[in-house]
Amino acid sequence: MLPAAFVATCKRHRVVLAIAFLLIFPLVMPFKAIAVNILIYGLFALGFNLMFGTLGLLSFGHAALFGGGAYACGIAIVHYGAPWWLGILAGLLGGMLIAAIIGGLAIRTRGIYFAMVTLALAQCVYFAAYQATDLTGGENGLRGIDISKINIFGVQLNFIDPLTRYYVVAVFVALAIIVLSRILASPFGAVLEAVRENEARARACGYDVRTTRWLAFVVSGGFCGLAGGLQTLHLSIVPIETLYYPTSGLVVMMALLGGMGTFFGPFIGAGVFLLLENLVSLWTVHWQLLVGAIFVACVMFFPRGIWGTILMGRAR
Amino acid sequence: MSQDIILRTDAVAKSFGKFKALSGITASFPRGALTSIIGPNGAGKSTYFNLLSGAFPPTSGRVEFEGRDITGTPQHRYAKLGIAKSFQITTLFRQISTLENVRVALQALISRYNIWTSRAKLPGLAEQAAALLNTVGLWDRRDRIAGSLAHGEQRALEIAMALASSPRLLLLDEPTAGMSPEETRTMMDLIVKLASERTVILVEHKMKLVMGISDRLLVLHHGELLAEGTPDDIRHNETVKRVYLGQRQH
Repeated sequence: MLPAAFVATCKRHRVVLAIAFLLIFPLVMPFKAIAVNILIYGLFALGFNLMFGTLGLLSFGHAALFGGGAYACGIAIVHYGAPWWLGILAGLLGGMLIAAIIGGLAIRTRGIYFAMVTLALAQCVYFAAYQATDLTGGENGLRGIDISKINIFGVQLNFIDPLTRYYVVAVFVALAIIVLSRILASPFGAVLEAVRENEARARACGYDVRTTRWLAFVVSGGFCGLAGGLQTLHLSIVPIETLYYPTSGLVVMMALLGGMGTFFGPFIGAGVFLLLENLVSLWTVHWQLLVGAIFVACVMFFPRGIWGTILMGRAR
Repeated sequence: MSQDIILRTDAVAKSFGKFKALSGITASFPRGALTSIIGPNGAGKSTYFNLLSGAFPPTSGRVEFEGRDITGTPQHRYAKLGIAKSFQITTLFRQISTLENVRVALQALISRYNIWTSRAKLPGLAEQAAALLNTVGLWDRRDRIAGSLAHGEQRALEIAMALASSPRLLLLDEPTAGMSPEETRTMMDLIVKLASERTVILVEHKMKLVMGISDRLLVLHHGELLAEGTPDDIRHNETVKRVYLGQRQH
């Protein structure tokens, strides 16, 4: 547990600290591709945690928002010849659109029912993408996304260079972190906390709980869709698995591992998970066994997650 | 008598499945008065309270506020109408500071979906929150997490949050439930103070508590309105005496 004053300082300057971290991070990472993955999944987990940690609703359908963003970006580039930045914008809007639809249908339910309804609707999206072969490439995934050079205000950047790629992705992630941090500090952020803490009281205060949840789901979809779009640029392909339900489970695990009650916890959870996956799979094909055991131990002994425990100490 | 009626129920009834919790209650609540709804356990007090405060709509009948039909209005519109309530079971934002609880309650009136500014920059809220905390005597507890306050303090905080919308009608559901005699006295003093500035409707199980402070009383029994009138009327009502037999007052 860190001293309270230090934690408070970190909280106040979380955006600055995050940007500093993003700048240094690839220099200490042995594989740049993993660093990019961590950024993308970290952003996905942050977007997911807006529903989970901030609003207190467990969605099991966030694969549809992440994957939806990934496909929207890929389809814009492959079928409509969009430039890379328009692809990213399409990812963001695609995530929001799918969130608006899934959210609109699921938001009446809560608790385990919300998890099940979002899971079911996300699977619908998966099967739709599986069938729409012309648009999505079906089970082979969407191929033909070739972004080797990107043009920023007339400056050509070599997107194949791992470090350049990292920093391009990092710029978007940093912007997203700034926006998310501001949303949490905004009046709307206060409403999200209120709804999480006590729905009946929030309603009595005059907050429309259902609309609040729906809007939060759409905003969450924007962040997840952006992460999906960035993944499309990074992988040059959209695997159909992006939409499949294990992706939804993965992001839940990441948020829990890092600490859903903190701002950066989910990001750190994503990083730890992906690093473990990469390191452990170097010496055993049964890496999931070990990572799973670590996850179980973490949930049992450090219910606040890695970052939550570092900041606030072990829960009693 | 041309008295100003703030709230009226017209034959409101409520059934839960086959169970008839409340059958056709017609009653009027005069503006400016402190009206208490009393009755033994299972009389339907809480059901009636929930109909008045909009927690759920009646199975049949109408609720009128200031002459307007508000039957079935969603709960979150009540604050804007001018009706606020406190719950029977303490209902707070437990993991948030006392001050922020009140600030969020105040914010509901001016900003609900704004993501572009900082919540700290909303004008006037900090001052109003401080004033409300002073009213209920919680200013020196402002930085404490709401869930860590003593029971009586939590109830007082709930009232501060109800007052945030500057309601013309304040509904309180057993505000002294589970309180120590000391806390109860403080709370009753607060209620009398609040009732001097607005209409208050109070649900209470313990008849003795409200006899002295109420202007009017409604007695419910088995989901029906048994009697209504001034405390003196009720005190001398034979039917009421029978219902409350064994715990007769004075």
